[in-house]
Amino acid sequence: MDREPGTVPKGQRIVVAMSGGVDSAVAAALLCRAGYDVVGVLLRIWPSRRPAAPNDRFDSCCSPRAADDARGVAAALDIPFYVLNYEDEFEREVIQPFCDAYAAGRTPIPCLACNARLKFGSLVARARSWRADRVGTGHYARVARDPRTGRHLLRRGADRRKDQSYFLYGLTQDQLARALFPVGGQTKAETRRLAAAFGLPVAEKPESQEICFVPGDYRAVVRERAGAVLRPGPIRHADGRAMGAHAGLADFTVGQRKGLGVSAGRPLYVVELDAAANTVIVGEDGDLWAREAVLEGCNYMPWEAPPGPRRVLAKVRSAQPEAAATLTPMEGGRAALRFDAPQRAIAPGQAAVCYDMDDPDLVVGGGTIVAARR
Amino acid sequence: MRAYLDHCATTPLAPAALAAMRPYLEGCLGNASSPHAWGRAARAALEGARAAVARALGARDPQTVVFVSGGTEADNLAVKGAARAGAGRGRHLVVSAIEHHAVLEAAAALEAEGFAVSRVPPSGDGRVDPGAVEGALRPDTVLAAVMLVNNETGAIQPVAEIAARCRARGVLVHADCVQALGSLPLDVEALGVDLAAFSAHKAYGPQGIGALYVRPGTPMRALLHGGFQERSRRAGTESVAAAVGFARAAQLAAGSLAEDGARMAALRDRLERGLVAAAPGARVNAAGAPRAPHVTSLAFEGVAAESLLIALDLEGVAASAGAACSSGSLEPSHVLQAMGLPPDRCAASIRFSLGRGTTAEEIDYAIAVVVQAVERLRAALPAGAPA
Repeated sequence: MDREPGTVPKGQRIVVAMSGGVDSAVAAALLCRAGYDVVGVLLRIWPSRRPAAPNDRFDSCCSPRAADDARGVAAALDIPFYVLNYEDEFEREVIQPFCDAYAAGRTPIPCLACNARLKFGSLVARARSWRADRVGTGHYARVARDPRTGRHLLRRGADRRKDQSYFLYGLTQDQLARALFPVGGQTKAETRRLAAAFGLPVAEKPESQEICFVPGDYRAVVRERAGAVLRPGPIRHADGRAMGAHAGLADFTVGQRKGLGVSAGRPLYVVELDAAANTVIVGEDGDLWAREAVLEGCNYMPWEAPPGPRRVLAKVRSAQPEAAATLTPMEGGRAALRFDAPQRAIAPGQAAVCYDMDDPDLVVGGGTIVAARR
Repeated sequence: MRAYLDHCATTPLAPAALAAMRPYLEGCLGNASSPHAWGRAARAALEGARAAVARALGARDPQTVVFVSGGTEADNLAVKGAARAGAGRGRHLVVSAIEHHAVLEAAAALEAEGFAVSRVPPSGDGRVDPGAVEGALRPDTVLAAVMLVNNETGAIQPVAEIAARCRARGVLVHADCVQALGSLPLDVEALGVDLAAFSAHKAYGPQGIGALYVRPGTPMRALLHGGFQERSRRAGTESVAAAVGFARAAQLAAGSLAEDGARMAALRDRLERGLVAAAPGARVNAAGAPRAPHVTSLAFEGVAAESLLIALDLEGVAASAGAACSSGSLEPSHVLQAMGLPPDRCAASIRFSLGRGTTAEEIDYAIAVVVQAVERLRAALPAGAPA
């Protein structure tokens, strides 16, 4: 288990956020085995009295079925377990900003807000009121401490393919100080092996991605809440030609090819969402490539902010491999990220996360992409 | 040290009730409907239990007692059974807004079938005003439902008065008496109700059985169809062992009522005094209403009930608040909301319900745990922050 030795006294109470999945289950089990006083919780983010919709993914993270699975794991570990009513807070801190972002032509990542404001935000405060100083999760990431500065650092999970550091770049020093990632230092295969060894009911459970349970699909959620803001508008080619019409910006994201309802000789992709003009701008593949991303709301781990421009390995989507770039901090928490080679489909609303060039597992920091520039 | 202060949720099975049940769980007991010797033995035990339950409720005729699976089924049978039987006369129901969900959801289900439902809110003190109920009655009203003891606040409702007014208007009355058995003297005939629901496991009897008192002549449709058990009012093989346990528990409850009631009231008052004195901003809800001796609902300003309950549980104190949703997380109490308490007071309220076995030591322990937990919660979460 990857954590700083000696910093968490034995017997100390730790709240573990359980999703019903195998990763958080094993995280809880490892902490139990290590002698901590583990309290399991599941954040109920879905509306309690909503009737089931046909698209409901009842097996996804934090869904009603997940509560049963998490409860079963807690019973197997003989630890207290509580389902916490986070419906209102999730609506306010995650879903509403999510809808606002779509309405503004951006492609948001709800997991970022959930981690920062719920799991490592208000849950940490509640844990403290229960005399638990730490919150553990099943994330594939690692915390570390810089021996010279004392700052808390974030590193990738040992399993590169499962690494979730991209979704945790926003954690503050205080949040990192209180975070525990018991499975971060091992592979997914090892996690599954441990689940079986511990006899946990979820050992064989299929993958749950870091996708929230949202009734129906994202577009329906956005339409339901931000419908008034979504208006039909034009689709234009990057060269200015009128190409057709769209029913609302929220249906599109940069790089998208399907659902455009327009055709030309060659494949067309969404190149930009112009919220001010309520226009979807399309172009060919060549139009999707850009070298620079402008970032806002940046958060850094090794320092408050980098002392100057810095060479990094950065990615602009969670599933995209990182690429060499230069990160230049600017005022007001903004930054410019200039890649050596053009990157495809840089989408405002996504996160750009930077890793140290010499120590590629070390997260330098990241921010929200607000614009892409050639 | 642990303190179970959630007796409104369920009570431990009285040893005497368990002892009474044992012979009917071991060996070969027949089906009470079978005509052979095994069946007759089961039937005799069942009818003995029925008579004992009737006596404990103040019903002269044992046949007015219908055994069902619990309080929820009793409420459903009363509300749906009487409404559907009376649909020829009218399709309007009156229920208090503070009823248990079994009554409210049964009424809502009837609404979906085309019944009209009026929900009468209580006054701020947690009591339903008889005038308000009367005011909601219409020429097409078939049934009014008002509980005797509210399970969230303990407030005792003026059921006899309400029943008198409804009877005068030809409207049937159902009283959910689930929390009253064992905490108040019960006499269903004196109350003047047509229907009354009871649950064994709220009165130190076994889980899985309850009763519906049905005044002779009350039109009723069964919910469960099949055999002709319970005089065709409720199909299904009766659980003789459970009925016997229920009967024993009901007898015990009636017998030790005065003494238990006084002792629980004293301990409940000790709990309230201790909390109000030591936890700043602690207030008793429905303090102004006559209350059952074993229940108290308190609001702890600036604290979220869900967080407080967890803090208590981690220290071995069991209490409750509102209702659990299907996944087990907390919803705010509809009763407190119906009383007009502001949302943050509702969200900050928890309920303690004492039992026969509750000791002063447990009360004092609970006070200490609550006071410390409230302090930590307020310190960890600034006022107004969502928790």
